[in-house]
This record gives sequence, structure tokens and C-alpha cells, in this order.
Amino acid sequence: MNPPRPNLDIFADTLLELAQQDRDIVVVTSDSRGSGKLTRFGQVLPDQLIEVGIAEQNLVGVAAGLAASGKKVFAVSPACFLTARSFEQIKNDVAYSNHPVRLVGISAGVSYGALGSTHHSLHDFAALRAVHNLTILAPADNHETRQAILAAADSNSPLYLRFGKAAVPHVHPPDQPFAIGRAITARPGRDLTFVACGETVSIAVQAAELLAADRLDCRVISMHTLKPLDEDALQQAAEETHAILTLEEHSIHGGLGAACAAVLMQHGMRCGFKIVGIPDEHTVTGSQKEIFKHYGITAEGLAAVAKQIGGKSR
Amino acid sequence: MMNPPSLLQAKSVEYRKTVLRIIKQANAGHTGGSLSCVDILNVLYNAVLNVSPATFGDPDRDRYLHSKGHSAEALYTVLAERGFFPAAELDTLCRYPSRLAGHPTRDVPGVEHNTGALGHGLPVAVGMALAAKMDGRTSRVFVLLGDGELAEGSNWEALMAASHYKLDNLTVIVDRNGLQISGPTEQVNALEPLAEKFRAFGLAVRSVDGHNLHQLLENFSQVPFERGKPSLVLAQTIKGKGISFIENQVGWHHHVPTDEEYAVAIAELEGQTK
Repeated sequence: MNPPRPNLDIFADTLLELAQQDRDIVVVTSDSRGSGKLTRFGQVLPDQLIEVGIAEQNLVGVAAGLAASGKKVFAVSPACFLTARSFEQIKNDVAYSNHPVRLVGISAGVSYGALGSTHHSLHDFAALRAVHNLTILAPADNHETRQAILAAADSNSPLYLRFGKAAVPHVHPPDQPFAIGRAITARPGRDLTFVACGETVSIAVQAAELLAADRLDCRVISMHTLKPLDEDALQQAAEETHAILTLEEHSIHGGLGAACAAVLMQHGMRCGFKIVGIPDEHTVTGSQKEIFKHYGITAEGLAAVAKQIGGKSR
Repeated sequence: MMNPPSLLQAKSVEYRKTVLRIIKQANAGHTGGSLSCVDILNVLYNAVLNVSPATFGDPDRDRYLHSKGHSAEALYTVLAERGFFPAAELDTLCRYPSRLAGHPTRDVPGVEHNTGALGHGLPVAVGMALAAKMDGRTSRVFVLLGDGELAEGSNWEALMAASHYKLDNLTVIVDRNGLQISGPTEQVNALEPLAEKFRAFGLAVRSVDGHNLHQLLENFSQVPFERGKPSLVLAQTIKGKGISFIENQVGWHHHVPTDEEYAVAIAELEGQTK
């Protein structure tokens, strides 16, 4: 296996590879080619990269127009700006108008760490989940990222992909099957289930490893597709394990945890349940790692919560 | 395709009658703004645009975007008359569960993009014009903006990009009727000097009488006004054009005519065909 790299790098490499074979693949950037690792793409395929400058509303509108004319468009911008500044363009010009733009939110969550909340996207799942006709993906590792990009390029409907810029440990073997809307069990277990997405999946795996030493057998599900959510995987976890702990690099409001809670409640499932994410407060200053540690998004922090909510030890 | 303006004059009157009739029936609609853009749509769809119901799926077709989506009644009226959908369907405007909503969507044959929120049409038009350039297609893109919506910053982002990419296959038309829902544009948030602003953004600008079919046809036929520049047609129009008591009245932005007003308005319009 190759050494782990940032998902962002995998995205850029995969996209270049695809675009070299398909002239209709077009990238649109808002002065974000450097932060999107797309400098090389622009050098190799200058005619397939559209730069609109620091103008995210225009980025998404232009992307919609290109998609309406048959281009396979990836609109790439930091997730914080893409999903807030141009929210109305996403809602109307992409989703409502059904032009199949692949919106790519880079450096998502608290990837930008100490740059502060202007640069954090802790709202994007919540905002976009309420928009009809938009698939939402947050791949966990390099393998999932590559598979998600391949699936996105083949998809003919609007889609939002988000990932961070730190190198992430491998979660899956290289031959792990991937399909949009189908969660992946990264680790089997019968006591408690971690349901995570994006870069927090590997933290859940580490927590599960710690808990194994305490004879707590933890399942880890990578819920890489937040919408449509894999309800079957969730119900199965609720039936087969005693508690569910959700984990995300997002506000505790309106994201993965809230989506899971709604499914479980409406199916009458009863199990221990806890949402772990960034709490509803002024986010502390620090690197992504420091912010995670501050809010207990670490293997040790999760292990402590898991014990509290009662994954039954055998 | 080329219809002489003398033949189009009668169509404008018929379009205005239809616009009023369907707004009256629906008890909803944007009367003033629909009447101000009827002549522009008439010339575009009857004499300029290379698009028809048969060619609507053709990648080489010309595109029209109705950024001032609230004037949906004018667009629906012209599309129906051009055969994109049955004219009888106009009677379902805004009715449950009609596809003719108060703002146009792609559910309606002939509509390229869902509009209604302002400041959205132009960026999408820029994307379409870019795609045509990238593919070496002959198709052109026309987008109609209301003047009130020029306060939306997204328009100016898009104008910069249109100019940067030298999109001379793009024609931006501004329905400069001077009024918006709260009052005259110059009182709400002054737009002038508008032509100078567009020129400063790199567009080739022409000011035309937006109700003179000859002038509209002549200018639309001459795009691009300059090679390598997007064209901008500043169409000087009258909100509520065609009916004396509706013209230039802020209150008619989305006022629906009473029975009496409707009868007088139709009589006035019929007088114009004699």
C-alpha cells in the first residue's frame, strides 16, 4: 500500500487522470487552484480549467452553465466559501435546475485550523442536506476518495464532495468495493457501533482498537454518503449492537449525527446514542489536531464516551 | 426565420393581451415587468434565436435565459405561441399542480434554466457561452436582466468573467424600465451611469428603444458589436408598456387587473391593431 496522503492530493491526481482521457471534464476554480492542488492540472490541461477569480457565486453559476451545455464540471473551492457564499447558486442553479455539477469543498471542516471560523465549514452538511436533489459525500481515506471521484465523474446528477487537507491513514484495503449511498463496514463488531464520515473515520478505527483492549467489540461504519443515507446499515447496527456513537468534523447540529438520529427514531430503534462533533460554541483556536483534541475527537476521547453510553462488555 | 418587424407588431399586441388574460385568470403575476419585455422576447423568438421546439435539444441551438424570472408570463406566452407547449396550458398558470409556476423552470419546454432568484441568469449564461467557445460551436447565448436586479453583486462578477474570457457569443439585454417594486431604481439604489459602468467592465454597449421592433432586430442582428467583447443591449423600456394606465406605475409591478381595468386594457390593446 502507498503511504497515506491527503485526500486532496488523491482528488487532484484522479481528476487529472480522468480529464486526460475525457476533454469534457472541466474544472472551475475561484483562485483556488493552488489550495485545490490543481496547479499541475492547469499546466497539463490549461483548456480544461476555468478560473473565475475570487467570486464563488459566479463559480457555481458558471459551473451550472457549463454543465447545462454538456460539460462534466468539477467546481472547486474551499468548502467554507463554496457552501455559504454560493449557497443560493447551489440551491437554484445546480440542484433545482438539475444541472449535474460536482461541487468540491476542499479543506473542509476545521482543516484550516487556526485561520478561524471564517475558514471552517461546520455548517455544510446541515445546510446542504436540506436541499433537494443533491448527493453529499465525505470520503474517509485515499481509497474512498478515489472511488468517490470516479463515481462522481460518472454521475449525472448534482453532487457535493468534501474532504480535508491533512494526510489520513488508510481505512480500507485497496480492493474495497465502493458505491454511492452504500456505507462501508471498516471494522466488524457486536457491542457498539461508531458511525463516522470523512477524516474522522480513521479516528473511530483507532478508538475501536483501544476499546478492544477493554474487551469492547466495536463496529466502525464509514458513512461516506450523507445523502442518501444508508438506512439499512444504520438499522442493522442498532439491531446488532447496543449503542451507536456518531462522529463528524461538523457542528453537532444538522449533520451526520442528526441524520442518523432521525432515521433511528423514525424506525423505532432503541439503543444508546451519542453525537460527537464540534459543539455549538465559538470554536477554539488551534490546528485541526488541536481542535479535535480540545473537543474529544481523539481515540481516547471517543473510547471514554463509548464506555459511558454503554457498549456492553462481554 | 427572419420575420419583418411589420409582421411582428401585431404579435406584440397579441402577446400583451395574452399576458394580461393569464395574469387575470391566475389572479397573480408580474404585470408591469412582463409588459416591458414583450417586444424584446417577440423579436428574439420570432427573428433572432436559432431555436425551435424541434431543435431545443440540439447542442448548437442558441440559448435564451430569462434572468428576470418574475416576468414568467411574458416568457410562457411567447414560448406557447412559438409551439414549445400547447397554448391552452397557459390557462393553468400558477394553478395546482401546473408546471407553469410563477417563475420559470425547466419543467416547461423551452426553458433553459430555473430562474426567479435575481442575479442568477448571467453567471449561468457565461458558463453556457464558455462551453460553446470551448467546443467551437456557433451557438449564441442571450440573457435578459431586469434593471432592479443589477444591484445583485453576482451580475458584476459574471460581467468580469464574460469580459475576461472575451465572450463575444454572449449578449446581455437589460430591460431598463427604471422601476422596481419599491420605486424608481434611481431612488432605491441608483444605477446610473449604467452604460459607462458596462463599458468599464469591458462590454460593447448599445442603447436601444426596447419597444422599437426595427431597432431591436437591427441591433440583435449585429451582435457581436465588437469582436472579442460581450455585447450589451441597454433596452430603454416602459414598465407596463402598451396600456396607458399601467405604464410607468410602480403599483403595477404585480398588481392584477380588476374586471373593469381588464376590459379597458384589452380595448386599448385592440385599438392598437386597427
